[in-house]
Parts: sequence; structure tokens; C-alpha cells
Amino acid sequence: MSETVTYREAVVRAMADALAEDDTVFLLGEDVAAAGGVFKLTEGLQERFGARRVLDTPISETAIVGAAVGAATQGLRPVAEIMFADFVAVCFDQVANQLAKYRYMTGGQVTMPVTIRLVNGAGTGFGAQHSQAVENWFLNVSGLKIVAPATPADAYGLLRAAIADPDPVLVFEHKGLFNVRGALDGPAAGELGKAHVVREGSDVTVVATQMMRHRAEQAAQQLAGDGVEVELIDLRSLAPMDVPTVIASVEKTNRLVVVQEAAPSGSWGASLIARVLLDGFELLDAAPALVGCDDVPIPYAGPLEDAHLPSAGRIVDEIRAAMER
Amino acid sequence: MKTNRSSPETSPAGAGLAADQLLAMLRRMHEIRLFEDETHRLFAKGLVRGSTHLCQGQEAVAVGVCSALDRDGDTMLCTYRGHGAVLAKGAPLDRSFAEILGKADGLCGGKGGSMHLTDVSVGALGSFAIVGAHLPIAVGAAFAAMYRGSGAATACFFGDGSTNIGAFHEALNLAAVWKLPVLFVIENNLYGEYSPLASTTPIARLADRAASYGMPGEQVDGNDVEAVVACAGAAVARARAGEGPTLIEALTYRHKGHSRSDPATYRPEGELEEWMQRDPLLLTEAALRERGVDQAALDTLREQAAGDVAGALERAMSWPDPTPETRLEGVYA
Repeated sequence: MSETVTYREAVVRAMADALAEDDTVFLLGEDVAAAGGVFKLTEGLQERFGARRVLDTPISETAIVGAAVGAATQGLRPVAEIMFADFVAVCFDQVANQLAKYRYMTGGQVTMPVTIRLVNGAGTGFGAQHSQAVENWFLNVSGLKIVAPATPADAYGLLRAAIADPDPVLVFEHKGLFNVRGALDGPAAGELGKAHVVREGSDVTVVATQMMRHRAEQAAQQLAGDGVEVELIDLRSLAPMDVPTVIASVEKTNRLVVVQEAAPSGSWGASLIARVLLDGFELLDAAPALVGCDDVPIPYAGPLEDAHLPSAGRIVDEIRAAMER
Repeated sequence: MKTNRSSPETSPAGAGLAADQLLAMLRRMHEIRLFEDETHRLFAKGLVRGSTHLCQGQEAVAVGVCSALDRDGDTMLCTYRGHGAVLAKGAPLDRSFAEILGKADGLCGGKGGSMHLTDVSVGALGSFAIVGAHLPIAVGAAFAAMYRGSGAATACFFGDGSTNIGAFHEALNLAAVWKLPVLFVIENNLYGEYSPLASTTPIARLADRAASYGMPGEQVDGNDVEAVVACAGAAVARARAGEGPTLIEALTYRHKGHSRSDPATYRPEGELEEWMQRDPLLLTEAALRERGVDQAALDTLREQAAGDVAGALERAMSWPDPTPETRLEGVYA
């Protein structure tokens, strides 16, 4: 049974279904309970599941993530919200040094079924400290799983998969996509670590996530009118990264364009391109392209932020340029 | 005394411990002291990698608090100066030595080392090497007890230096707001790494910080194991009764420097010698003699502990190193 829901509704429903199914699941975060979340991503959950399972916290990101880690040592499945992903800088130690390494450093004595939801991304005028593509900060931390859904179906499926997973998962929810509508088919969990081929094509492989996946889709439609067939892949999971799906596509198209909402240095796009070059250099007819942002903080004003982020038009131009190389 | 902190106003002892209970605690304190002395020697021989942080002098805090955690399901978290706490919670001597030696059968399979001794099977949830990081994690463990209504309590040990890091504030505040069953135990040994407390902290009585979080703040003589048991026992009772967290400041002293690279030259002349006279092992022996236990029995107890520690070390030394492939295991479940 398929129905159309918004990305926001999909996120709320994923948590509601997980809470209903498993008493070890609980939610904590700033204003997630009584207020239903500043982005309304937990709306109605405290009313439905009670104050025992849906808890407001002080503005204390270190305590939020630390409490989730400690609860996980005792077999609970915490779902913690970081209101704006950028705030995770405040508790980077808890994520990178504690959560990610706890199982390994103890020789596997504990599991860490912790989900951290973080509101990610630019395009909505929040400025440099509330708009970053924060998933990139964690690519070099062993022990984490990282997902970045772009559609309601993935927002639901990947969040369910994250909550059910025995390992720590960071789920980045893009604030520019909360009103995007899409189909949701039943309460099935998605699969972590699997890319999704959004559109098949034979001329060029384009890989994108979140907001850029939607812009790349527009670009692909425009290029199709000119006879350029784009194979569009939504990577969805950044750790583990589904490199085989990308390589299988490049085997067919022999060209690769990666589109991301971040500067190249230390980004998932740069990591993906490195992996494709290492594992499939001979498959490429031309150098890959990395379409992203300049290496500057995200500016506030509309014209500045618009220029900062790859637009559908710029993605079209970059794909054309890649085709001509 | 060169320090004005060695004869504190403390909670009354009054634990009324039976001689056999106190003997068991003394035995455990001997084991910790001897374990640390051996670790010191192993480090000097190049058998301990990186650094190691010893707790000789602080044994009564670990043993006293862990003795108050007397129910299955009670949990404990400690710092990188945590060998004593992990042993006090019941981790085996041999596998603890083996972890420090980096052996395959170490508590953590050689993945953790001296700073990360962990034995979840006895409720020792971890030793944490980022100052203050485990206080919020202790809050989470205590939250789980409340969530399940298990009645379990959590104790979290940390140094005086940890009271100046943000995680301390966030953890105490949240634990108090949620009325969680947790004991925050400051092992105040007067120095944060190489710096005397007064140079980093504007108040002398760290227990006073509890007032900011609306929780009781108790100061206790950390070298008097009976006083520690009494203080921790009252806090555990409060925790189990749903009355929330307690901040305990245990006044104690580390006989060695911060780490194995620290000769502790910053200590005023005579300070160590004066604290050595208040060595918790000596104080406990004196308390037992007052209860009519004779010196021969006390000597036998120490010899038994020494035999156990020596045997454990011998076993640990004989165990194999981990195979290189095991480094790839245990990242994910």
C-alpha cells in the first residue's frame, strides 16, 4: 500500500513505528518532546508514547550524546536529535572518541545501537553555523555508519534501519527537503550501505545526495531533452559507501560526475572519486568531475548562498563539460 | 602538614563494618597497591606501551565506593587512572594485567590498554581517557536503570581536574534534572596533571559545586575506607530510592606522579611524606587492630594478596599476543 507523504512526515512516522515496536527505543533531544521539535520532526510523539520515552533535554549536546552512549551500554536503543547538525561540533568528542570507538576499545564487550539524527544542509538562509554538510566531518572516524536520505521513502527506511542496527548510525536529515513529497510503501526498513540508481542512462554517471540529488535529477531531465542520458545514483549511505554500485555504472558510462553540497577537501565526493580511481581507473574515458562549493563558509544573503551551492543549471554545464573531455 | 587538605571535615564514618568486611576491603586494597607497583615495574621494563597512570594512595576511594555498589546490575565508570576502580569492581587480576601487557586474553583483547580497562561482566563499564567524557555516559547508564526500574545505581569516578570541563556541568545538570541514580565521585588528589588545584580552581571545596545542580555535595576522607563506604552507601540508598544523584568529594593523594613521565617535582617538600603517614592501607590496618585483629593476621592477608598478584602476573605474562588480524575485528557488531 503506497501513499504520498512529506519527508517530514516520513521521519516522524519512522520514529513512531520504531517506538511502537520496541520498548527499548527512546528519543531525547532539545525540544523534541513537549514542542515536537523545532522542525516538527517529533511532532505528537510524546503525546502518543509518554514522557518516559520521549524526553526533552537541556541545551547540552555532550550530555545528550553521552547519555545515549551510556544507555546503549545497558541495552537501550536511544535516538538522539542534534537540532542543527552543526551543533555536533559541541559534542564531537562524544561522537568521535566515545560512541564510535566504545565497542572496539573494549574488545567487543558492548554494542552501540545509537541513532543520532542531525538536521543538515544549506539553501534555507541559516548562515554559516546552521547550514553545513556536516556528514563530511565524520568520514575519517572509524566505527560510525552515516546515511543522508533525499526522499521520504529513504528518510523513513534508513531511519528505521538505523534504529534497528546494532551499531552507531548518524542520520543526516536535510532541512531543505522537509516538504518534499514522495511515495512511502509500507513500514519496511531500508538497507544501510546501499546506493540507489534513481535513473538509468548510458552516457555519464552522476552521483549525488540530498538536495543535490534533486537538482541533479532536474539537470538529468534537461539533458535528456538534448539526447544526453544520465545515470543518476543517490549514494544515500556515506559509510559504508556503496562503491561497487558506482563502479558498475561507470563500467557502462565511462564518465563520472559527483555533485555535493560541500567544498572538495575532506568530502565524501573526493573520497568516492579516489575510490573509483583506485579501483576502476581503466574504466574512465576522462577525468571525473567534482561539482561542489567553493572553500568558504556558507554565506547568509540569498544571492550569495545561491551562488555558493551548485544549481541545476550549473550541474547541466558541468555534465556537458565532462562529456566533452 | 604542608597542605591544609589532609585532615578534612568529613562525613562521620559510623559504617560499623564488621571485621571480616573490612578485612575483605583491605585485601582488595592490597591487591590494587601491588598491582600498581607491578605495573610500575612493567613499565620500567618496557612492557607497557604508551603511558600508564597509577593510583597508589587512592585505593580506599575505589574500594569504598565499589563496596557500596552491592547489587547485581550496579555499574561503575572511571578514568584512565582506573586500574584500582576496575579491580575494586571485581575485574580479574590476570586479565587486567594481560590488557596492560597487550595480550590476546586481556580484558579488551589488547585493543584498549592501561587507559581503557573495561569488564562489563562485573559492571565496570569502562575507563575513559578524555577528561570528563564519561560523566555523561554514566548519566546514560543511570538513565537506563531508571527507564527499566531496575533499582541499579551507577558510580562515576573522576579527578579534581574534571570539575573544570564542560562535560562535568552538562552531566551533573542533566542527572539532577532527571533525578537519576548516579554517584559522581571526585577523587581529589590535589593535582590536575601537573597543576595544583588552587592554580586552576577558584574554590577549595569542590563538593560545593553540587549546590549549582541542586544535589547533595558531600566531602569525605578518601583515605578512610570506612568513611567512604558510609558516604557512598548513603548516596546509593538515595539513588535507589529515586532521590537523585550525589556529588562526593573524596580527599586523597596519589603517591606517584600524573603519568610515568612525571617525576612530580612540583610537590612541596614533605607533602608526600605526610600523606604517606595517612596511607589508606595503614589506616585500615590500624582500624582492624582496634577491632582486635592481630598483626600476624594482617601480615598473612598481605602475603596472600601478594601471592595472588604475583600468580596473576605470571599467568598474564605467559599468555599469547593477539594475532595481527584481530585488529580488524570488533569495529561493528
